[in-house]
Amino acid sequence: MKKRNVCAVAMAGAMCLSLLAGCGGESGDTADNAFKIGVIGPLTGDNAIYGNAVKYGAQIAVDEINALGGDIQLALKSEDDVAAADTSVNAYNTLKDWGMQVLVGPTTSGSSIAVASEANADRMFMLTPSGSSADITEGKDNVFQVCFTDPNQGTAAADYISENMPDSKIAIIYQNDIDYSQGIRNTFAAEAKEKGLEIVSEGTFTADTATDFSVQLTAAQAAGADLLFLPIYYQEASVILNQAKTMGFAPTVFGVDGMDGILTLPGFDTSLAEGVMLLTPFSADAEDEKTQNFVSEYKERYGEVPNQFAADAYDAVYIVYEGLKAAGCTADMSYEDICEALVGQITTMTFDGLTGADMTWTATGEVSKAPMAVVIENGTYVLP
Amino acid sequence: MTEFLNYLISGISLGSVYAIIALGYTMVYGIAKMLNFAHGDVIMVGGYVSFCAVFYLDLPGWLATILAIIVCTVLGVVIEGLAYKPLRQAGTLAVLITAIGVSYFLQNAAQLIWGTSTKSYASVMPGNLALGGVTIPYISILTIAACLIIMVVLTQFINRSKLGKAMRACSEDKGAAQLMGIHVNRTISMTFAIGSALAAIAGVLLCSSYTTLNPTTGSMPGIKAFTAAVFGGIGSIPGAFLGGILLGVIESMAKAYLSSALANSIVFAVLIIVLLVRPAGLLGKYVPEKV
Repeated sequence: MKKRNVCAVAMAGAMCLSLLAGCGGESGDTADNAFKIGVIGPLTGDNAIYGNAVKYGAQIAVDEINALGGDIQLALKSEDDVAAADTSVNAYNTLKDWGMQVLVGPTTSGSSIAVASEANADRMFMLTPSGSSADITEGKDNVFQVCFTDPNQGTAAADYISENMPDSKIAIIYQNDIDYSQGIRNTFAAEAKEKGLEIVSEGTFTADTATDFSVQLTAAQAAGADLLFLPIYYQEASVILNQAKTMGFAPTVFGVDGMDGILTLPGFDTSLAEGVMLLTPFSADAEDEKTQNFVSEYKERYGEVPNQFAADAYDAVYIVYEGLKAAGCTADMSYEDICEALVGQITTMTFDGLTGADMTWTATGEVSKAPMAVVIENGTYVLP
Repeated sequence: MTEFLNYLISGISLGSVYAIIALGYTMVYGIAKMLNFAHGDVIMVGGYVSFCAVFYLDLPGWLATILAIIVCTVLGVVIEGLAYKPLRQAGTLAVLITAIGVSYFLQNAAQLIWGTSTKSYASVMPGNLALGGVTIPYISILTIAACLIIMVVLTQFINRSKLGKAMRACSEDKGAAQLMGIHVNRTISMTFAIGSALAAIAGVLLCSSYTTLNPTTGSMPGIKAFTAAVFGGIGSIPGAFLGGILLGVIESMAKAYLSSALANSIVFAVLIIVLLVRPAGLLGKYVPEKV
């Protein structure tokens, strides 16, 4: 009987621990005269690489701005949403209780769609660094994106392939139970048809069948594909690269921004990703001073090369900063007033950031900037 | 034709992974008469232990596998001792719910220890055998060989050895076995130890075939393997093997020729049909219960 009690206490203790682990997120410094900026993203879970990159990128921007010592000081607080829409809305409410005045987030598309409706109803200014679905901004005048949209990525990928590899026999493997993958595949297929590209095979998978791709790869190989288009996230892509190698199938692999992160996946043999092409607006190898400073600061603080998500978040904070400065906002204004001021600013501003020069925004919330293709060589991104 | 053969091979590879997991399920069920839903999560722990051994300690694959077997065996015995043994006299439903609880406990513990981000597992046996247009990954050959060896050894062990005899006795009638001087608790603990050791091997082979690892890696294959065990006749060791292979082949063929989105639904539809025709599974013993 005694033994059982000890065991029960141990179990209860472990449960408390896991509960505590759930409510992470550290409080930012809460200076009275600072604008409160909330960040939402998956800090744990399958997509934790994205959420943490966004959190870190935003933190660097905030620290830089505060170090300038100007009138505008920022306080940052990050909340974990494990990339789930319902958790994300909870995180949004937690941040609102904290007194958030501007939202930089959420990080993933599904969460962003859910939170965007709330932010629109509340009149909270929302700028998602990396939520790429077109549904996020649609019909919401106070919701904007830093990254390019899914339709934009699918079209751009098809355009790039038709310009550089027009005779490719293309196979697509995509995940048909998430908006992100399905959305890019649809616009890619439409644009490919327009440009006369040949799609020889299409395979799908779902979250439940995301471990065995040998059937889809066999079909692609049998159809004579020499280019494999993967509008999916990097975890699945890593399995596909592994299995393709095991079966001796070596097409050119072309990914989109979800492929970003594959090089930092723990345990991944980066030689498998050699020659993989992907669309990303950010290359840590870019020569310009701004990128170099950001990359070295990020490496110093967090010990890894920043990915596109970190750069998106860094830009997002600066976009908010520029907007607040131009509109003459003060930290004691309500979030509704700040929202109106920022909406007016962002639709007229031109912003030069890490993830693109001459970025502009339409009133519908979409950003206009050109996506850029990079190829992985010796474990880093280089321009082809 | 080569395509068909390739699909068949990927089906058999997938099936052999299901089969090796199903062997552990079915052995524990056959002897302890309980569904150990935490089996899939012990597999996940086996995967993590071998991943850490290779990735952080730079050990060779076979040594990592042995380490995983040791850790999982200890874990299996500890789980049995702490969670299931106190419930020996309780109803089967209580044990079932406890098993689900243990499953969640292991998943959350793994999240705390190893974090939730996905790890990329390096196969213990990369490469493939090319025969004409047909390619067979070495890891599939290894999995099938391991499956067959385990099946034969397990059958012989249960039918021939003294401990095996004790296990069969416990399976038939725990009370009578105790009266005959068999240490029932120790026998059942031993069953869990063997089942968990098998889970460790399954973990290494599963992660080598499908190279990602996260705290929920074991759940879906665990459910599929449970299905395979029921399909083949739960409690029957050759049944688990047959069920696993058939399930894998049906899944691959459904994906290749019908619809990749509906593959899982087709697998479970086949299971329902089989159970309607043969309620005890393909090789299971049908024992009518007197009410």
